[in-house]
Amino acid sequence: MTYIAKPKFHHPGLKKNELGYTHRDYEGKISTLCAGCGHDSITASIIEACYELSIEPHRVAKISGIGCSSKTPDYFLGNSHGFNSVHGRMPSVLTGANLANRDLIYLGVSGDGDSASIGFGQFAHSIRRGVNMTYIVENNGVYGLTKGQFSATADRGSKSKKGVTNTDNAIDLVAIALQLGATFVARSFSGDKTQLVPLIAAAIRHKGASFIDVISPCIAFNNHAGSTKSFDYVREHNDAVNRLDVLVGRDPIAVDYAPGTVQMVEQHDGSKIALRKIDADYDPHDRLGAQTFLARHAAKGQIVTGLLYVDPDAEDLHEHLNTVETPLNTLEADTLCPGSAVLDKINASLR
Amino acid sequence: MKPTDIAAPDYFHKVVDCQWACPAHTPVPEYIRLIAQGRYSDAYMINWKSNVFPGILGRTCDRPCEPACRRGRVEETPVAICRLKRVAADFKDDIKQRLPRPAPKNGKRVAFVGGGPASLTVARDLAPLGYHCTVFDADPEAGGMMRTQIPKFRLPNSVIDEETGYILGLGVEFKGGHRIESMKSLLAEKYDAIFVGSGAPRGRELDIPGRKEAAGNIHIGIEWLASVSFGHIDKIGKRVIVLGGGNTAMDCCRTARRLGGEKVTVIVRSGFEEMKASPWEKEDALHEDIPILNYMVPVAFKHVAGKLIGVTFQHVKAEYDAKGRRNLVPSGDPDQTIPCDDVLVAVGQENAFPWIEQDCGIEFDKWHMPKVDPKTFVSTNPKVFFGGDAAFGPKNIIWAVAHGHDAALSIHKMLSGEDITERPLPEVHVSSQKMGIHEWSYDNDISIDKRYKVPHRDKVIALKDIRAEVELGYDVKLALGEAERCLNCDVQTVFSTSLCIECDACADICPMDCITFTGNGEESDLRQRLKAPSPHPDQDLYVSSDLKTGRVMVKDEDVCLHCGLCAERCPTGAWDMQKYFIDMTHAGSTCPTKSRSAA
Repeated sequence: MTYIAKPKFHHPGLKKNELGYTHRDYEGKISTLCAGCGHDSITASIIEACYELSIEPHRVAKISGIGCSSKTPDYFLGNSHGFNSVHGRMPSVLTGANLANRDLIYLGVSGDGDSASIGFGQFAHSIRRGVNMTYIVENNGVYGLTKGQFSATADRGSKSKKGVTNTDNAIDLVAIALQLGATFVARSFSGDKTQLVPLIAAAIRHKGASFIDVISPCIAFNNHAGSTKSFDYVREHNDAVNRLDVLVGRDPIAVDYAPGTVQMVEQHDGSKIALRKIDADYDPHDRLGAQTFLARHAAKGQIVTGLLYVDPDAEDLHEHLNTVETPLNTLEADTLCPGSAVLDKINASLR
Repeated sequence: MKPTDIAAPDYFHKVVDCQWACPAHTPVPEYIRLIAQGRYSDAYMINWKSNVFPGILGRTCDRPCEPACRRGRVEETPVAICRLKRVAADFKDDIKQRLPRPAPKNGKRVAFVGGGPASLTVARDLAPLGYHCTVFDADPEAGGMMRTQIPKFRLPNSVIDEETGYILGLGVEFKGGHRIESMKSLLAEKYDAIFVGSGAPRGRELDIPGRKEAAGNIHIGIEWLASVSFGHIDKIGKRVIVLGGGNTAMDCCRTARRLGGEKVTVIVRSGFEEMKASPWEKEDALHEDIPILNYMVPVAFKHVAGKLIGVTFQHVKAEYDAKGRRNLVPSGDPDQTIPCDDVLVAVGQENAFPWIEQDCGIEFDKWHMPKVDPKTFVSTNPKVFFGGDAAFGPKNIIWAVAHGHDAALSIHKMLSGEDITERPLPEVHVSSQKMGIHEWSYDNDISIDKRYKVPHRDKVIALKDIRAEVELGYDVKLALGEAERCLNCDVQTVFSTSLCIECDACADICPMDCITFTGNGEESDLRQRLKAPSPHPDQDLYVSSDLKTGRVMVKDEDVCLHCGLCAERCPTGAWDMQKYFIDMTHAGSTCPTKSRSAA
């Protein structure tokens, strides 16, 4: 753990966004996670996305459960609203907050333990209700805080740090989210910010339930040979279907690959990386196609990343419930309780 | 770009901007850390080894280090490096036991012309090696211009006595009041080597109408300052005009204020901004109610019956030609005569070698300067060396010291029968500062304090006593605060490509956005693709070899705080904080051993 506060000085030439903030203004406290934790890169990506979208920090509510991932809201958006809830209960707290004040931007930050085990039901119901939120799972396949037991997203056959093989089947949260009707579904990798930052930005802009599964290597307990959530493994098996550079007006990435091609890069140690950057045939508006594509590639051991499904015309929970445009928490007593005359009228209509 | 070769001694040296800018390459961050730890004597000795006159330079140095200081690129003002040097001198204990012992004589004799900073540095380096050093000076005491030209309210005699005393105490023979009038006769005395450190002793004249007629009230700045220094002059007229914009002019005007000058005015040809004087010296003059008028060229001294009554000035303005060169052209405003009682002319200094005969084997160039090799400081006579202002014209004390070290090395090599053009490389030490998982042997918590002001003596009291030092120096508390502002640029970020797993932790934590992982390219292209802009191309990029993904790590050294967070957040130890210490090559080993000087 780092004991000093991150120095207040910043690069004198840092660009400012429309609000006059630098990306440093979107930081929180210094991370207390292990050095090199993938979660810190996700934190940096959230900071970058909010900076690029020129979001006012006080318009954001960040809500989390319990676990390494759920500590991270302390490390970004230090001037936003936050609620660190009970283990696995982030979706309920977020849903409640969203119902009370529909005007805020809701960031749900959770982990594989928080969302795929103790909070699996909560995760499922918040997705199927279409709560307008960005639900990010920082997925490392391991219980880091309790020293490295397999979590529910650990792949069958992968090995723990001590060499034990996982015999349970893995839950693929992306597949579940697709099945339950999430209207923005993506997967990314903490080690690939050029992909992750635009995905987070796009998810924040999406109206409806956005779900992003971010594979985030646990340096302390799940970054060894035999792990399927290590930096090396994810880099070797990452199959990005698309790139979203256009979404947030960033400079296009320098290396462009022809659509649908697999480029093999041979490294110093002789190992090869398969790079399929853009799949020309992939249609991110086809929910069924996405599910099939995902299953087919998972069987080959490939990790499909990118924007997997989006419904641009999605509805959210407030539309389903037909609530008023005004946030419920700002409604005054006379609006909420229109008086006995109105009650009599309603009663009369039911007679 | 090719991977950076951090084994080249200059690479990390350049990162320590202050040390790189210092002509004598004083290990600045090292001594500032020692000051922060209260180890003033150790800090003093580090300085003494590099720059020979820490107490003197801590008050008078031209401070090339401070404009270079990285802190000045991170916030408004650099660390007060110079005044911290004085702290080491002010608070040290008795350091006599740490000085080199006078060595048994080796039978070789070296003569020094002039007893200023250049000569004394050479003598300091050579005496402990056994050379018999004889220093000749026209003045009765050692110190040269440090004693004669710098006013006592900036540099008290006690400091000069102490620091020249350390050198003379090494067994150096000082012959005061002995002006060398002939190089030929000096050569005839069969010294094994002669070092000329006679400075730039002649003040430049201002030959305009009235100069001769009013000579009684027109004084050449450096001569007048020397006379004041020796007590020959103790008053001046009430209205004084100082002509010139260098540091000598600033010393003249402030001295005049203390000798009865009530209305002292500095008048310069150029603009205020382009004046040669250091900004802080101009500030001190302004603080003592001395106005500085600019763009005024003196055209005549006005006089009545042999008495000066004023100076007439032409107003000019700056015009720039196509090549960007500045010309001063008349502004068209009518000439202005400013009444005064005395004028001090401080428009520059010149070298003068009337005592070096044509047939000494010492050749001069068309500017009447000796032909001196800029690396070895040897003249065309292989036994005669030049240094300080005598070698390349007026500079300042720290340059004289740097020249002195190099000349001493040349003399030592020549008299050891070695080739003086072969210069040994400096010794470099690089060592990890890691003490624990997130603990370093230096304080990596960055202070955000603004530069601390040095306390000054009350102006009314200071102006009454010409010997009352104006600057009082930092006290221990202020010194600690100022020392904490140092960014420890000598504690280097060292990257090991083979250990990096490209987790981005360093790039994420870096408060200054110095670190970028990207595809390699030409330098100009890479500088466009960094996380933060790269406005200083003179600041190096630290580039790794290819990483596993084919990318490289690029670190812009420009505004790195050396906070070590990259190393703290690195899970594999690919980043480490390593202290770089460079031992410049001096003649022999005249100084405390490394184990004592490097903390």
